[in-house]
This record gives sequence, C-alpha cells and structure tokens, in this order.
Amino acid sequence: MNQLDLSKKTRIGESVIQTLLFIAGFLSIFITVAIVYELGKEAWLFFGNPDVTFAKFFGTTTWQPSIGQFGILPLVTSTLITSFIAIFVSLPLGLAVALFLSEYASPKARSALKPVLEILAGIPTVVYGYFALLFMTPLLQKIFGEQTVEVYNMASAGIVMGIMILPLISSMSEDALSAVPRALREGAYAMGATKFETSIQVVLPAALSGIGAALIIGISRAVGETMIVAIAAGSGPNFTFNPFKAAETMTGHIARISGGDLSYNSIDYTSLFAIALMLFLVTLVLNLISQTVINRFRQRYE
Amino acid sequence: MSQNYYPEGDSFRQSLSGRYRIANIWQALFLSALVIAVLSLVALLYNVIDGAFGYVAFEYKNDPSKFTAKPLDDLTRQELLDILKVNLSSGAYTKLDNEKPMQERSGSVLYTLVLERLIQIDTKQTWSMTDSILRSAEIKAEIAQKYPKAKLEFRSWLTPVFLTTPMSSKAEFAGVRTAILGSLWMVGIAILFALPIGIGAAIYLQEYANKNFINRVIQTNINNLAGVPSIVYGMLGLAIFVRALEPFTSGSMFGIMDSNGRTILSAGLTMGILVLPLIIINAQEAIKAVPDSLRQAAFGVGATRWQTTWHYVLPNALPGILTGSILAVSRAIGETAPLIIVGASTFISIDPSGPFSKFTALPIQIYQWTTRAQPEFHAIAASAIIVLLILLLTLNAAAVLLRNHVQRKY
Repeated sequence: MNQLDLSKKTRIGESVIQTLLFIAGFLSIFITVAIVYELGKEAWLFFGNPDVTFAKFFGTTTWQPSIGQFGILPLVTSTLITSFIAIFVSLPLGLAVALFLSEYASPKARSALKPVLEILAGIPTVVYGYFALLFMTPLLQKIFGEQTVEVYNMASAGIVMGIMILPLISSMSEDALSAVPRALREGAYAMGATKFETSIQVVLPAALSGIGAALIIGISRAVGETMIVAIAAGSGPNFTFNPFKAAETMTGHIARISGGDLSYNSIDYTSLFAIALMLFLVTLVLNLISQTVINRFRQRYE
Repeated sequence: MSQNYYPEGDSFRQSLSGRYRIANIWQALFLSALVIAVLSLVALLYNVIDGAFGYVAFEYKNDPSKFTAKPLDDLTRQELLDILKVNLSSGAYTKLDNEKPMQERSGSVLYTLVLERLIQIDTKQTWSMTDSILRSAEIKAEIAQKYPKAKLEFRSWLTPVFLTTPMSSKAEFAGVRTAILGSLWMVGIAILFALPIGIGAAIYLQEYANKNFINRVIQTNINNLAGVPSIVYGMLGLAIFVRALEPFTSGSMFGIMDSNGRTILSAGLTMGILVLPLIIINAQEAIKAVPDSLRQAAFGVGATRWQTTWHYVLPNALPGILTGSILAVSRAIGETAPLIIVGASTFISIDPSGPFSKFTALPIQIYQWTTRAQPEFHAIAASAIIVLLILLLTLNAAAVLLRNHVQRKY
C-alpha cells in the first residue's frame, strides 16, 4: 500500500514569497532610518559649522543663516503661536461636536453630519491656505481694524488650521466617547442624572485619555502643517508674540527657502535639514505618546 | 451643598428645573459647535466659488482696429490666421508653429492667441461674484468714471478653455492643462510604486507575521510614519531622489541630459513613500475584515499559506484595499508641501512628456496663484481649486460607493 507522506515539505516558492513580503514590510523601517539618517547627516553638517553654537541656536532671536545669524527662536515661537491658536479653536469645538454626535444626535442625524466633517477633513491644505488669506484675514481686518491686523498674520493661519484639525479631534474624541461602556451611562441615569450630567461627569472623564490622545495628535498635526502658514502667516522670520503680525513658522520657512534656488552644501541648505529634524523629532515624540495612550485606553475597555 | 444633603420635595423640583436648564444650554452650545463646523465648510466653498466668477474690467492695449476692420467676433478662422501671420514677428510665429502647427489649431484657440499676443488685455479691476450681482449698477458707474475706455464683462474664470490651455504669465490666458497632466503623472508613479509594496507589507503583517519583536516594531513604525509631517517626506525626497539618486531620477543614466533631479519621477517616488503607510494601514484593515473561517477552510483542504492568501483572502479583501488606495490617491493629489521641496517648477507651458520631465502640479499652481498680489490670479486660483475639489470629490465618492458595496456583502 502506498504510504502518504505527511511530513513537512520545504516549498521554495512559498519561502521566496514570504521573504519578499517581509522585505515589503521591512521597507517601512528602512524609510524611518533613511529619514533619520538623511536629516541627521545634513543637520550634523549644520551644527558642525563652527559659527553655530547651541547657545546661539536656542538663545538668539534672529534667523538668517546666510549672514551668520542662527537664532531658531523666531521660527519656534511662531510655530507655537499658530499651533496654540489652532488648538484653542479646534479642541473646544471638536470636543463639543464629538459630545453632540456621540451622546445627543440620533443615528440618522449622525450619519447625515459625519460626511460633512469627512469632507472638511479631505480638503487639501493648500485650499485652506487660500481660505485663510482671502477670507479669514479680511474678516479679521474687518473685526479688529486694518491697522492692527496685517495682511499676513499668524491669527488667521492659526484659526483656519484649527478648522482643519477640528474633524481629526472630533472623530478621535467621538471614538473615545463611544468606547465608554453603556453600563456606565445607564448607572448614571439610574441615579437620576440628566443627560448632560452623565456626559460631563461620567462619560467624559472615562474617555479622557482618548481625548488626550486626540489633543496630542492635533498638536502634532498643527506643528507639522505647512501650506496654510506658508500662504497666510507671512514670509520672513519675525520674533513677535502678537498674533496679528506676520511671522514665518518652521515649516513655512522650509517651504519658502527650498522653493527658490538652493545650492547643496550651503549653510541655508543644511539649516533646513536641522529644522526638519527638529520637526520630525517633535512630531515623533507626540505621536508615540498619543499611540501609547490610545493602546492603554483600548485595553481598559476591551 | 454638603456631600450628604439631597434636596427633597419642592426644593428638589426647583433644583431639577435648574439642572435641566443648564443641560439645555449646554446642549445648544454643543449643537452650535457643530453648526460652526458646517458653516466653516460652507464659507470655504462659498469663498472659492465667489472668487471664480464675477465682473472684470479690462482695456485693450492695442486697438483691434489696428489689425482688422471687422469686429473681432466675426472673424473667420482663416482671417485670424492671416492676422497672426502678418502681425507677429516671424520668430514668434515659427516658435508657436513648432509647438503645434498653426494650421491645425482651432478657431477659438487662434482667437485667444490674437487677444493674447496682439491686442493684449490689460485687466483693470475684478470683482467677486457677490459684489457683481449685488452692486452691479454701482460697479458699472464706477468703471464708466474711472476707466472710460474699459469694457466690463461678467466672466467665469473657470471655462473649458481653462482646463485645456497650458500655463501663461497672464492670468487671463492661463490654464491648468500642464498642471493636471503633471498631477496625473506624479500620482501614477506614486501608486505604481506604493501599491504593490503596501499590499505586500499588509499581507505580511496580517497573514504571516507572528508576534515577535521585529514585527511589533514594524507595526508601530508604520503607525508613526503615517503621522510624520508631509514636509519631512519632502526633505527626504530632496536628499535621496533629487540629490543622491540624481543620475537615475534625472534620466541621465538613460541618456536624457536636459534636466536635473527635480523631475516627475522624484516627485512621484516621494509621494509614493508618503502614501505608503496610509495604503498599508488601510489594506491591513481590509484583510483583517476577511472572516477567519475562509482561511481555515482553505487550510483544511490542504492549501499552503500563500495559496490561501492569493485565492481566498486577497479576492475578498480587494474592494477594501481599493477603497484605501483611492483615498491614498486623493491624499497624493492634494499634497503640496513635498512638491515644493522636491522642486516642482512653477512655470511649465509644455506638457510633461515622461517621468524625466520637469513638472508642475495642480496644488502647486493654486499655491503660486494664491500668493500673487494681483486679484485676477486669485480668481484663477479659485478656479483651479474648484477643479481640484471636483477631482477629489469624484474620487471620494467612488471610495464611499465601494465601501458601501463591501459593507453589504459581509
């Protein structure tokens, strides 16, 4: 009788395919390494320049690498100001939208309203830039007067950035809110709490870490956003804390300088990579924190 | 109120109505946040449409009677051709003829050429759509007083001609043809590059990878890459594709000598890397949604892992993967910052001829035109935005239809 051989065979084709698939998966690691290596290499050249000291880099307030002024602060402050305005707009609005959609709206209303937010999320940032420059800025000038509000200003860029981030914050917060078990809500209702009291005192605290994660992702998005600030926030580094004044952000600066003719190995070129490396590290840390928070949050309710 | 005090009777009822009032106020506040979000969207769309249509006041720099005795609109194709031949310098005429033979050009194209090259339009002022409709009489009076020679015309800046003409330094004659073609080339290369790798990576992570350290790192890393600002990808593209791989991306390796590394190929590869994490994550979701029973049935009849994946998992995950890919395409079409960094040219009047051409793209044009000071450039920026948004809306509608189709299936 013919014995059936059931022992494991080596199949070369299968192993080749598995190897190829692994390479495809591993490529993402390679990309990260490439980012760190390329940005790091040029940034190293920049910081290796004898004129660039850390004291100058973080301590002075003029950024003009081509004439030996290396104070990163004006770019950092304007990035912080626009991001802060964006969060100031998008966090309360996004949270309120999320609360309304997850706690109040009927399923029908929810399915009608969510596409609106999705459209808002799908609009390219360059279109938001147009909106900031040609709608928000004139609006601000009408409200506060043309003397106070410059044509290019951080406030309009920040506000529009807030509108751009709003769908992100609201959808992530809504996910967090609707992950809160129903039993918690019913418990609160049984104690005689109103819907509002339940939402604010029971559901919201339970979803707080998820909302925190949304906030952090929002900050990271605002810090890395380029086109809105490149169009509406103004060109030229400017050390100011007045949101109605023009000031270039880190991303806006990279976009403007690299848009022109740029010779490799110049201090301008390497300085851009130093800024980009800072951006990358900041957003990386923010994203990692947010992801850890979300994973913890998931484990708690699953 | 102390911790142990609970109101009873009348005081309870009183506090209850107060509590409800507060609840209602907050509910109204939550609702108004939603209204603000919707209003922002409406304002944005309105602002764009408002900019793309409206009155234009312009003067002819050279009087048409210098070139012809007939009114401009009555000229035949042949007459237009003759006017161009007589009045253009022979160098300029030959150059135009070399781009596309004059005999093959249509009447409306020749008409535009006569306007652009010979008569030359000088736009004095433009108005938004709202102003044009609400203050029509005022505008007419103002123009009659300020520019007595000017013609006033209600113009749609978005026309079929706008879609089919290449760039021009004059807003009145500029179009988005080269930009649309550039965008399509770039997205095509990005997808060709990112789709196979992205799906491969997703299959590896969902079907093959066990939970060891390396695979966890890969997964975390992909999630992080999805959050890296697009401008950082632009810097990566500048360093690697434009600079380090210049012989390859400029085409000099293949004997094409007329460009540097700032080509469609560089932009496409950069964009491919940018959308890769997005494609992987979406494909993973689609593969995850395929029921395990299918896999077990395939394994049960003795299929290998790859046979199972290829014949059962992938066909069922395909609609989901496609949906994710469409979303990735629409992301790539709208991205601007990386293109600026890898060096999209702003003024390209010749169609891109291949991956080694210099290029411009739709969002780049929008950016350029928006940052110009003259209002007529804002008008064509608005028109280009409408083109871009319609393109994206079509893509997203396709994705949503596909998604609904899949949801019904399981």
